[in-house]
Amino acid sequence: MRGTVDVQAVLAGDRRALARALTEVENDSPAGREALDALFPSSGKAHLVGVTGSPGAGKSSLVNQITRLLRNPEEGEAKKVAIVAVDPSSPFTGGAILGDRIRMRDIADDPGVFIRSMASRGHLGGIARTTSALVRVLDAAGFDLILIETVGAGQSEVDIARLAHTTIVVEAPGMGDDIQAIKAGILEIADILVVNKADHPLADNTLRALSASLEFARPGQMAAVDRFHHKELAFAPVKLDQIANESENEHWTPPVLKTVSTKGVGIEKVVEAIGKHAVFLRTHNQWQLRDAARLQEELNELLMAAFAAEWRKKVEQSRIEAVLGEMLERKLSPQSAAFKLLSV
Amino acid sequence: MERKIRVLIAKPGLDGHDRGAKLIARALRDAGMEVIYTGLRQTPQMITTAALQEDVDVVGLSILSGAHMTLVPRVMDSLKEAGLGDVAVFVGGIIPEEDGPALQEMGVKGVYGPGTTTQQVIDAIRRLVPAQAED
Repeated sequence: MRGTVDVQAVLAGDRRALARALTEVENDSPAGREALDALFPSSGKAHLVGVTGSPGAGKSSLVNQITRLLRNPEEGEAKKVAIVAVDPSSPFTGGAILGDRIRMRDIADDPGVFIRSMASRGHLGGIARTTSALVRVLDAAGFDLILIETVGAGQSEVDIARLAHTTIVVEAPGMGDDIQAIKAGILEIADILVVNKADHPLADNTLRALSASLEFARPGQMAAVDRFHHKELAFAPVKLDQIANESENEHWTPPVLKTVSTKGVGIEKVVEAIGKHAVFLRTHNQWQLRDAARLQEELNELLMAAFAAEWRKKVEQSRIEAVLGEMLERKLSPQSAAFKLLSV
Repeated sequence: MERKIRVLIAKPGLDGHDRGAKLIARALRDAGMEVIYTGLRQTPQMITTAALQEDVDVVGLSILSGAHMTLVPRVMDSLKEAGLGDVAVFVGGIIPEEDGPALQEMGVKGVYGPGTTTQQVIDAIRRLVPAQAED
């Protein structure tokens, strides 16, 4: 039934209940919020792996191949894998074409894989506003590894690094010179860099540019708490200083790997790097740091939304309109308008 | 937040022409729906798995090969078996008029042959799946 979530069934691995729960959570409905509360204690176990990069770089194909290998490992147990694939919503109609499943047909029928497409629904930053909530539901439902594929991203869609433990940035050859490789933004968030379409003649140039850029710009992986401080929080975050200090000395150097994901070339190295990064995070306490940073960031966003809602309740519509009018006539600057509306 | 209508557009069987499927996907997108497009040569099992995982309201099947009387019942059975009997199924493509009633008897909610306007399909979906405003 729509509008309800069977939390016990989700926890027991019922796929239908899980799909329904994801819908409610994505729509931020009362049932969805309740389910999130109930599922929260069961979450926090899965390895969250983000896959980002420009449109057409080969993210979906790479996700397909990584999943295939995780499901058929040469040794050890197969992991249960969930995939959340985000595609853009139209800013005009709100509609969306979600086409990431096209590249994932090899894994479509595997009972140990669950694929969910989602539209960005107006959110910028590469993922949707509720992506982290969907991931939390899948985490609670017992998936070992969750791959999060972002919208085809450019230079600043870095939200994924806040959500994921491990971020893979996929580049395709021939996309700009070495200056692109040293610009701030998406390359900085990479824990693993993949040059896909490596059978392209320009692949080695791209590989060299990326490797060089990493060599001289490598400040070492910043402590997770610092990673998020470009954004001011509404409260002083718990810094987990002790943990941070212990992990300061050793750094993770992002490997630069070549793949041809349509042919399955180079995938073992990527899967190996994902595993190594998880071990690194755990042995250097960065796993907890990233989790702590993510939860605090999320609390911050919820607080902001709540503040705005509280404020809206207090201030009268006529007052807002009056101030807006003054601003549009350029009698009042946006800053003064904001102060005026705050002093109720 | 308004609940978006989610539609799966799938091509079962072996024909390799997906122009119609892409056209309808695009039209539904422009009507504000979220359309999951899975590409060519989908088995009934793949369609069912996708419909279940994506929790869609509607499944649209595009069939140009003439195999609809074989493929549609298999998809319907597979959906029912997975507990997805409440998902509305539409069929489009080269479907002779005389096959329409038999398909509807199988539980298909709408059959759209050549000459159908995209608006007809959009209206039919909106009638079947009223977008509920939540919260």
